[in-house]
Amino acid sequence: MAGEVVLLDFWSSMFAMRVRLALAEKGIKYESKEQDLSNKSPLLLEMNPINKQVPVLIHNGKPVCESLIIVQYIDEVWNDKSPLLPSDPYQRAQARFWADFVDKKVSVAAKNVWSTKGEEQEAGKKEFLETLKIMEGELGDKPYFGGETFGYVDLSLITFYSWFHAYEVLGNINIEAECPKIIAWAKRCMQKEAVAKTLPDQKKVYEFVVQLRKMFVSE
Amino acid sequence: MAEEVLVFGTWSSPYGRRVEMALKLKGIEYKYIEEDLTNKSPSLLKYNPVHKKIPVLVHNGKPVAESLVILEYIDETWKNHPIFPKDPYERANARFWAKFIDEKCLPAIRKACWGEDQKEREKAAEELSKLLQFLENELEGKRYFGGGTIGLLDIAANMIGYWLGVFEEASGASELLTREKFPKLFNWANEFVSVSAIKESLPPRDKHVAFMRKRFGMVNTSK
Repeated sequence: MAGEVVLLDFWSSMFAMRVRLALAEKGIKYESKEQDLSNKSPLLLEMNPINKQVPVLIHNGKPVCESLIIVQYIDEVWNDKSPLLPSDPYQRAQARFWADFVDKKVSVAAKNVWSTKGEEQEAGKKEFLETLKIMEGELGDKPYFGGETFGYVDLSLITFYSWFHAYEVLGNINIEAECPKIIAWAKRCMQKEAVAKTLPDQKKVYEFVVQLRKMFVSE
Repeated sequence: MAEEVLVFGTWSSPYGRRVEMALKLKGIEYKYIEEDLTNKSPSLLKYNPVHKKIPVLVHNGKPVAESLVILEYIDETWKNHPIFPKDPYERANARFWAKFIDEKCLPAIRKACWGEDQKEREKAAEELSKLLQFLENELEGKRYFGGGTIGLLDIAANMIGYWLGVFEEASGASELLTREKFPKLFNWANEFVSVSAIKESLPPRDKHVAFMRKRFGMVNTSK
């Protein structure tokens, strides 16, 4: 079960963070290899020839790609502690559905908040806040999306929290005012040691995104 | 309690048919509801308020949406004729290729068949060729993506196994999946559609070609 675990990583990628968080939750020792995404390493290109992206988990020499696929893999291999997905098939289907929603809707809208301007940005902001409100509806009165404990859906969304300051400044939005439940939920998650240790500092992420934005938007 | 399984779909959608294929493989009885996507039923909106899309599986009143999520649910609920491998690495692999098909192959297929101009179509066809090569390699030494029997990835690849051929014929696109270029994939497609649970789940071909031609046009007329 143990063996060698390597993560092709990037400190500010919310997708790589998901994997770091899953590994931390399960107490799995691994080697993080920070990648230079502007100059991709032969190892990255060999392990993820199709998307050439982080994260990639390399377990005993075999690569697994795509953050949610990696997280499910981790949950299935290291199945003796801290389960991330519920055991009931219907609950599992719901968890997969909502993590997929984060990827297909929240993530796409979030990107438009920082990487566009003008009308496109306005549309992105609106969409982003709407998707967070939909997530709030799903959360309801539960402490976590997973119910009483932190789970798969929580993990899939919480990593975006490290980018919230960047979204707020660059998008001129107030997420707490619009989605107070999401902020309350995020702060609750941040009280978990694994989450607090895994997520990078929001200001550091903001500085990174300011630079990244220049590649997308001429101002 | 008698079990009730409903499937909301449309007759020509590969996504809805995926769900039917999995249920038929496992011999699960279900009631199929044809949706008119220009006039969505109150039931569909109730069962999938987030995306308002098909397919939706409703099992004893509880809805599951998104075709790949539904396929995993079906396999976890009805354990006969398993379609998903047990080994975590193989499962990750199947999930990866299913995502690859949906996110990369499908858009390339649409553009190769119905892109706005010849240049766009040719570029998409080239891209699709590269993508299909990955799948060709995946079939190395295997009869189906699932190994000896049809699995989740074969079902997820239904777009390539059948719908691609229909789209080629409807749009007049030059053959994108040929025996010469992709012998394993070509062979797989023929084997795939011969499996009875799959064959029974395919839309009627002539009707399908005519429908796609009417909807998107026959754009590739010069050969």
